[in-house]
Amino acid sequence: MTTTVNEPAARQTAAATLPRLLPAAPEDLRAHLARYGPTPYRGQAGLLIGDLEASGLTGRGGAAFPAYRKLAIVAQARGRKVVVANGAESEPASRKDEVLLRAAPNLVLDGLQLAAEATGATEAHLYTHHGATPEIIRALAERAAAGLDPVAVTITQAPPRFLAGQESALVNRLGGGPARPTFQPPRVTERGLHGAPTLVQNVETLAHLALIARYGPRWFRAVGTSAEPGSMLTTVYPPDGKCRVIETAIGAPLNTLLTSGPQTQAWLVGGYHGTWLPLPQAAALTLDNGALGKSGAAVGAGVLAALPSDRCGLAEAARVVRYLAAESAGQCGPCLNGLPRIAAALAELAGPRPRRPVRADVERWAGLVEGRGACHHPDGTVRFVRSALTVFAPELTRHEKGHCSGTNHSPFLPLPHTTLPDGIPTSEADWT
Amino acid sequence: MAPTKEAKATKATLKVNPIDCTGHGVCAELLPELISVDEWGYPIVDPRPVPPQLDREARRAVAACPALALKLIRK
Repeated sequence: MTTTVNEPAARQTAAATLPRLLPAAPEDLRAHLARYGPTPYRGQAGLLIGDLEASGLTGRGGAAFPAYRKLAIVAQARGRKVVVANGAESEPASRKDEVLLRAAPNLVLDGLQLAAEATGATEAHLYTHHGATPEIIRALAERAAAGLDPVAVTITQAPPRFLAGQESALVNRLGGGPARPTFQPPRVTERGLHGAPTLVQNVETLAHLALIARYGPRWFRAVGTSAEPGSMLTTVYPPDGKCRVIETAIGAPLNTLLTSGPQTQAWLVGGYHGTWLPLPQAAALTLDNGALGKSGAAVGAGVLAALPSDRCGLAEAARVVRYLAAESAGQCGPCLNGLPRIAAALAELAGPRPRRPVRADVERWAGLVEGRGACHHPDGTVRFVRSALTVFAPELTRHEKGHCSGTNHSPFLPLPHTTLPDGIPTSEADWT
Repeated sequence: MAPTKEAKATKATLKVNPIDCTGHGVCAELLPELISVDEWGYPIVDPRPVPPQLDREARRAVAACPALALKLIRK
């Protein structure tokens, strides 16, 4: 392992156990540097990108794209380049980026500066739903006083939209426009902010990057699976609905994170673009795309929910899909037309005695919207809908007979308060 | 499905920019062999390479799109 940093062995060992990213309490710059050692600038690009490739780090924003590849594309480009730390977790159920930025802002900012150095970027941005929080302002001020950041960081607040963190939507917002996706290619790594090659990485990805730069790929691979190394932050909803952000090894058994007993009827893995999984069949699965992929699921951004047995799964799904339909950017015909119809149909299926053809309507519309958007919003929504109709098929049969097994009608899965009915985006201002 | 010999020769596929597309439907009228419309009037494009005998019609459909949303992507 080639590294320009000589860290005491004790520090490396300390960071080799979980949690790696989340301290027990928010840490200032002094505590951060004491825990992890100095920000390991390399002086040149190649070393870090090679280490990232060897580490196997993938994007933690949900798409699990190899991190080094985006860095390599931007590093190879000429001229002005931009790096962005993306903390605008779009999932209303995801809290991990917010928690990470509050508890360990310096780890994210280390990663942002190291990514800037590795790619040769001269412009750096932090994009979050919460904007310039006291933790971020303090961290940036302490780092400025210590002369730690070669590249100035601009903070931009993301609008409260589901798609605000999508890469091209983010670039549009940073450019002063609405946070709506654009048709790709070109990818933002080729033509991003004001036309400059732009590296957008999730804040958790950057935090991992900052540790790989310090301790190397072998250390990173000490947890996780060989195909999907490292740890990841998850937002876990037990049946009581009180969510926790937990850092866990990729490949951990899901039943160590979620309950699978009689209190729980199904799991939602990967959030609102994710997949419902039936119990007890799913109880033996592990938290990695290799295992989940066989069930049509993916880890996504790490949202995991255990739906309690007293709720109606169809009612929960219908609420979420109504939200997702309202959060369509309204730019692509199939999404604009299909999602509200799917949402209305699901609402009928969630009620008593739905009409017979409604289920088939959902299937048809799902097929019509899938793969036909500029972004993956229709695809993710369809994945959620199809898995709900599969997992809650017995409940659908009950509804057709006029019965419902739900006894607790308070909503379980979280949605933004602002969303419905008044929060539906209707004007340009809703996207900025 | 393995591409045919003809398809290999052109290596061009039709692609719609779904943001620009406003569902005029001109493309489906000019090129029904490769483009149909969904129940809302938006085009469903055959993802396979354009056969050479339809190359001229494909280019005509691209040129006729009022929204400039239809592209012929040559690899």
